[in-house]
Amino acid sequence: MGDSHQALSTFLQQVVNGLSLGSIYALIALGYTMVYGVLRLINFAHGDVFMVGSYIAFYVAGAMFQGHVDNWYAGAAAFMAATIGCGLLGVIIERLAYKPVRNAPKLTPLITAIGVSLLIENVAVLKGVFGPDPQFCKPVLPSDGHLLHFYGVSEPVDSVLLIAFTLVLLILLWFIVTKTKIGKAMRAVSQDKDAASLMGININNVISFTFFLGSALAGSAGFLFAALTHVQINAYLGIPLGLKAFTAAVLGGIGNIPGAALGGIIMGLAEAMVEGYGSLVHIPPSYSDAVSFVVLIVILLVRPSGLLGKSGVEKV
Amino acid sequence: MRPSQNRRLSAPVFCCLLVFLSALSLVGCAHHSSSTNEVVIGAYGAETGSESTFGTSMQSGMNMAIDEANAAGGINGVKIVGKMYDDQGQPDQAKSVVSKLIDEDNVTAIIGEITSSNSSAAAPVCQLKHVPMVSPAATNPRVTKIGDYIFRTCFIDPFQGAVMATFAINNLHAKTAAVFYDSTQDYSVGLKTYFEQYFTKKGGKIVIEQSYTTASGTGDYRAQLTSIKQENPDIIYVPGYYTEVGTIAQQARQLGIKVPFLGGDGWDSAKLFEGANGALEGSYYSNHYSPDSTEPAVVNFTKAYEAKYDHGVPDAMAALGYDATNVVIAAIKAAGKPADGNYASDSFHALVRDQIAQTKDFPGVAGKITIGPDRNAVKPAVILEVHGNKTVYVTTIKPSDVGI
Repeated sequence: MGDSHQALSTFLQQVVNGLSLGSIYALIALGYTMVYGVLRLINFAHGDVFMVGSYIAFYVAGAMFQGHVDNWYAGAAAFMAATIGCGLLGVIIERLAYKPVRNAPKLTPLITAIGVSLLIENVAVLKGVFGPDPQFCKPVLPSDGHLLHFYGVSEPVDSVLLIAFTLVLLILLWFIVTKTKIGKAMRAVSQDKDAASLMGININNVISFTFFLGSALAGSAGFLFAALTHVQINAYLGIPLGLKAFTAAVLGGIGNIPGAALGGIIMGLAEAMVEGYGSLVHIPPSYSDAVSFVVLIVILLVRPSGLLGKSGVEKV
Repeated sequence: MRPSQNRRLSAPVFCCLLVFLSALSLVGCAHHSSSTNEVVIGAYGAETGSESTFGTSMQSGMNMAIDEANAAGGINGVKIVGKMYDDQGQPDQAKSVVSKLIDEDNVTAIIGEITSSNSSAAAPVCQLKHVPMVSPAATNPRVTKIGDYIFRTCFIDPFQGAVMATFAINNLHAKTAAVFYDSTQDYSVGLKTYFEQYFTKKGGKIVIEQSYTTASGTGDYRAQLTSIKQENPDIIYVPGYYTEVGTIAQQARQLGIKVPFLGGDGWDSAKLFEGANGALEGSYYSNHYSPDSTEPAVVNFTKAYEAKYDHGVPDAMAALGYDATNVVIAAIKAAGKPADGNYASDSFHALVRDQIAQTKDFPGVAGKITIGPDRNAVKPAVILEVHGNKTVYVTTIKPSDVGI
């Protein structure tokens, strides 16, 4: 193998690394952006919903492995449990915490969201809930270096699977939002809540459904994160990942669904490239976060409402 | 905002604060009455968080030493009490719990911490208040340089780095190495530097150096590992802590990296195997002792430990916690009975300090302990190989073997 081929192969592997991390960001970012779309609320508890999803996947997969269930079935069960569990958690959070303050001044729901986030983290860290110690999820795929080979380039099967899975979820989401009745209702509510209500749309149901969808995506991201590639989870996992995903949503234009997915992918790629190649230009890997946020600042300077966001003045 | 309303509010608030503060200071005073009928040995360490087995193991070792000493009559008939606080692995917490041990619990000496960063954070407090501190396992050279009240009963990282470099070259016949370290931990940065120095000096080549941060917390190491893979090293040195080492190894195997990982005593935890899930099979790390050793001191210790607790074979942190506590107990005994009966006075702290400094050939589980003029212990290191869900003893490397 020549040096240039090796360099190309490494580059492609870095792209896959970035895409798979970006997929996680994208899935979480979608929840931020969808909730913002219908409620103009930044749901700070969303990162913690992701964390709960990773724990559900951990416990369900663990229980399945104990019962010597086949890896694929264990994975499917863990995925379903994390997705549906988080979806319901999102609905409960909305009903209990956000609905009562929906018509209060803007700052009230925002502070409530921060409160819910702290509540989830601090309950999760209790002994007997998830506990303060990190847990290690047994990967659904055995980690003995399964590589896929295309045209002489080898890629780890775990990352490729994660990206493919994300793609399927994105297509499914696109279908729900653009082709179904409830999707149409969601779009109507995000355009004008009162007008939508006058047209006979049940606002409460649409908002609940939006929370379900967004949180379910975060739950499936939690599954992918814990059971495929990252293995190690803790009760504060929602903070760094939630922050990155929120940044991704802003970068893509908050409120815009394709924008959130695009923002996540850009963040993931930027991080992988800095960590992989930054040392060539004397940027240590620990600066990857800094570089991601510089990317955000530059994009917001050029396009203040994000890459795909609608430009226009919004009253706050 | 209406200023008038604020002014009206402030008087009662101020009164409440005053009452609250005076109540607090009363509580503080109550704690200050020092008792003469017990000797308190304080300890701090992570019992929760990502390095939690370090603290829990250390505490098990310490309690065992204290119970044994009490069974044998305590310190000249006075009972020893162990008091340990959880610092959650956070340097700020370490500082504040150590202040609490000194100010409220009237400790005679302090055991802790396992990690170098947290030991370095709390050591200045001990030095300032002139309370002797003995770290069982902080291996970064900086720790004991903080002052003459700070000791350690383990070897230091220049030696530990040299040990692994020697082993990699002599036993594994490695010619090239990649280094992957945590840029936010003193321990990891120090060990990486010493390993690189010695490996290069002995004719090896460091082909790539990569770093990660545990602070950002996403746990994604694949980009750096991909760069390491491209350089195709014979071994990868990861001087991190057990929590992330397992994840790093798993992600490396996913990427198709097959060479062994090497590490330091930060790997030593029963949780290492859980995190690695088989990915560290055939990897090696340097450690303070091997529970497999047939030396009578080790056999007696492991037997007693397993009988006392139900958490299996004692790891190195348990053995080191046990040793450090025994050194401290011996020093307090040797310091004699304080004239005023106060085991927490400045003068008694100074006496204990002098006795710890004179420790010579103390029979510890993890080797004989002699405290040198720089307040460090000089001891051999063992190399362990990860095999299944346990470690296997490979060899012992003495300071003379690496020329230190």
